[in-house]
Amino acid sequence: MRLRVNMTCTRRSFTALVFTTVGLTIALPAAQRGAPPPVPPGPPLPTPAILQAYQPVTAERLLKPSDGDWLMIRRTYDGWGYSPLDQITTSNAARLQPVWVFSTGVPNGHEAPPLVNNGVMFVATPGNQVIAIDAKSGRLLWRYRRPIPEDAVTLHPTSRGVALYGDKVFVAANEAVLVALDARTGKEVWTADVAENQNGYYMSLAPLVAEGRVMVGTSGGELGIRGFVAAYDAETGRPVWKTYTVPAPGEPGSETWPKGNQWKTGGGSIWVTANYDPDTHLAFWGTGNGGPWMGDQRPGDNLYTSSTVAIDVRTGRISGHHQYHPNDSWDWDEVSPPILVDYQRNGRTVKGLIDVARDGYLWFLERSAGPIAFVQGVPYVKQNVFRSLDPKTGRPDVDPARKPGTGKRADNICPSHWGGKNWPPIAFSPKTRMIYIPANENLCDTITGAKVAYEPGSRFIGATTALLLAPGADHVGEVQAWNVDTGMRVWTHTYPGSINWGSMLATGGGLVFSGGTDDRKLHAFDAATGAVVWEFPTNSGIIGPAASYIVDGKQYIAVQSGWGIDSRGMQARLNTLTRGAYPEVPEGGAIWVFAVP
Amino acid sequence: MLTNRRTVLQSAAGVVLAWMTPVPLAAQDARASRPAAGDLLVSTGDTTFTPLTPDDIPMDDTPTIAWCMTPNDRVVRNGSRLNRVLLVRLDPETISEATRALSANGVVAYSAICTHSGCDVGSWLPDEQVLYCECHESKFDPRDAARVADGPAPRSLPALPLTLVDGRLVVAGPFTSRVGFEG
Repeated sequence: MRLRVNMTCTRRSFTALVFTTVGLTIALPAAQRGAPPPVPPGPPLPTPAILQAYQPVTAERLLKPSDGDWLMIRRTYDGWGYSPLDQITTSNAARLQPVWVFSTGVPNGHEAPPLVNNGVMFVATPGNQVIAIDAKSGRLLWRYRRPIPEDAVTLHPTSRGVALYGDKVFVAANEAVLVALDARTGKEVWTADVAENQNGYYMSLAPLVAEGRVMVGTSGGELGIRGFVAAYDAETGRPVWKTYTVPAPGEPGSETWPKGNQWKTGGGSIWVTANYDPDTHLAFWGTGNGGPWMGDQRPGDNLYTSSTVAIDVRTGRISGHHQYHPNDSWDWDEVSPPILVDYQRNGRTVKGLIDVARDGYLWFLERSAGPIAFVQGVPYVKQNVFRSLDPKTGRPDVDPARKPGTGKRADNICPSHWGGKNWPPIAFSPKTRMIYIPANENLCDTITGAKVAYEPGSRFIGATTALLLAPGADHVGEVQAWNVDTGMRVWTHTYPGSINWGSMLATGGGLVFSGGTDDRKLHAFDAATGAVVWEFPTNSGIIGPAASYIVDGKQYIAVQSGWGIDSRGMQARLNTLTRGAYPEVPEGGAIWVFAVP
Repeated sequence: MLTNRRTVLQSAAGVVLAWMTPVPLAAQDARASRPAAGDLLVSTGDTTFTPLTPDDIPMDDTPTIAWCMTPNDRVVRNGSRLNRVLLVRLDPETISEATRALSANGVVAYSAICTHSGCDVGSWLPDEQVLYCECHESKFDPRDAARVADGPAPRSLPALPLTLVDGRLVVAGPFTSRVGFEG
C-alpha cells in the first residue's frame, strides 16, 4: 500500500524509495527478505470480557470439576463421559432444540468433544484448528490454525480434543508437535517436537494433563513406528519422560519379541487419551496392535501391544499391564483406555477397570498401585477367534483357523478389523450402573497377510482385507447397555441400515446421547430402558463425543458433527458390499448446541 | 516502444518487487518439486538410479514404486513423499482410450498417495485387478484413470503421463490433478 502511494510521487522520491527499500531488504533476515513492507500493526483488539474473566483450570478443578463444566475430554479422569446435570431429562428431552450452530470450515472426521470452562468453549477440529467460542451465544472468541506441512504423514487427519490446564490450552498437532496456547488469546505459548513425522509418527489424540505434566503419544501403527507415551512440563514444554510401549532388548517385556529388529517397528500406537487414577498416580493407556499386521513376522506375545499399560505420570514407569490378545494379527488396536469404575463381583467391591475392546470382548479388570488383574471377559458382538479365555489370566485361546499369516488367508473373522467397537468412547452412568457401548455387530473379515519391507514413513501393513456381513445379519450399528455389577447386558438398540460410530455421553437426567449413524442424527436414549426419546438430524454424521455444560443456570448439550476417516471407510465398503444400501454421508464440520427452551 | 516516465517508474518498481518476491524454497529444490516433463523414473529401492524401462515393470502385478529423476543432473525427486509414483504394466488392449493416451507400452503411472487420507497406495489385488490402499481399503482401477472402484477415497489417483524415449520411461507432463488428500 505504501509503495503504491510512493509510485505516484516524484522521481526523486521513488529513487529514495528504491534505496530505502534495498537497504531495508538487505538488513532483513533471509527468511523475511523480499516481503512487502510490513503494515504497522493496529492496536490489539480488546480481549472479550468473558476471556478477561477466564478462570484458570487448576489441578483441583480437574480432580473435582463443577457440575456445569466439561474440562477434559471425558469430563473426569475416570473416563466416564458422564455429566451430573439433570435439567434435561427423559421427560423434557423431546423438546430439545438447537440454540446455535457454528461451521468449523473444514471437512473430514470431527472427533473432538467441546470442552467448556466457565462459559468458554474450546473445540479442536481436523486441520490443526482450535476454536474458542462463547458457549452461550456461539460468538467466536479466537481461532488458532497451525498449517499442516503439505507432505505431512497423517493417515487419520483429525484431533480427538484439547486439554486445559492453568491458563493454557494444549493440542496435539497432526505432524507430531505438541502446542500450548494462551487460553485468553489463542496465541502459541510454546511448542514441543514430539517425534519425526516423516518417519510415520503423527498425533490424533487429546493430550492428558495430570500432576503438572502434559502427556501425549503418537499414532502411526500402519507406518512402522515404535509407540510411546511422552510427558512434558505444562508450564515450559520441557520434556520430562518418555516411555515406549515396545521394549528395547533387555527391558522388561523384551522377551516377548524375537531376537531381530522387529521391536524397532513394532507398533503399539497411542491413539486415544488415557484415563487416570489420582490415588495411585497411574494413567491407563490403550495401545495399538503390533506392526506389521501379521504376527508371524514378529513371533511372540509382543508386549505391550494391544494392551492396557499403567504408567506412573510422575516417572513414566510402567507399573502394570494387561494384554488383551497376544501377537495380534487382526488389526485390533486396543485404542480405548479402560474406564475406572468400582463394581461388584462375587460379593466384593472390585476397584475396577472396564474396557470394551476392539477384539469383541468386554473386559472387567482390577486395578491397583501396580499390576492389573483379570476378572472377567465376555464377548459383546459375534467373536469367533477366541475359543476360550484362561479363567485366571484372561489369555485367549486363539482358533488357528481364524488367524491370518504371511501368505495365509483366514476367512470369516468376526469381528472385522474395525472391531466390535473402535475408538469412540463408552460412557458410564453411576445412576443406572450401566455402561453404554457404541457397537458394530455382524461385520466380519477375510484377511490375507503378505511380506512387507520397512521404509520410513511408508505403509507397513502387509495385509489385505475383504469385509463380510454375517449370514442373516439384519443390522450393524447398535447401542448396548451393560450393568457393571452383574456383567449382564440390559438393553440393545439396533440401527437397521446404519453403522454406529457414535461416542457416548450419559447424564444425570437419565439420558444417553450419541450420534454415529449415517442419517446424521444426534440421538437421546432413556438410559434405563434404551427408548429413543429425541433425535435431530444435523449437517453431517456425528462421530465426536457430546458434552454437557451450564451457563447462567441453563443446561446445554454440545457436539461436533463431521463425518469422515474410518466411519467413511466402513460406510464406503458396506455400500459396495450391499450394492448401494450405505450411501455416502455428507461431510463438513459444525458445532451444534442444544437446549430445552 | 513508447515509454513515459510513469511507465519507467512502474517498470523499475516492478523490478524491485520481483527482486523482493521470495522464491519458495521448495521451488529451488528439485528434490521436492513435482515431476516434470522429461524426467526419468527410478525405483525407490534402486541405489544405482538406473532409469526404468517398460520391461522392468511386471505385467499385471504389484506396482513398482518409483521416484522421478531429472534427466541432466540426475536429481532424484525424493524430497517429498508426495512425489512417490506407482507404475503398473497392463495389456494396452485392456486400457481405456483416455488412459492409454497417458501410458507408454502399457505402463501407467499414478500418484502413490491415496486421495482419502494420504496413505501409500502400493498393493495389487490380482483377482480384482485393482490398486489397493491397505490403510482404509480404497481400490483404484488402473485401466480407467485410477477411478475409485471401492472404498472411501473421494477421487481418482492423479495420473502422471508417460512416454518412451530411447526405450526408457519418461514423464510426458505434470500430474493430471493435485496430489494429496483433502483436509
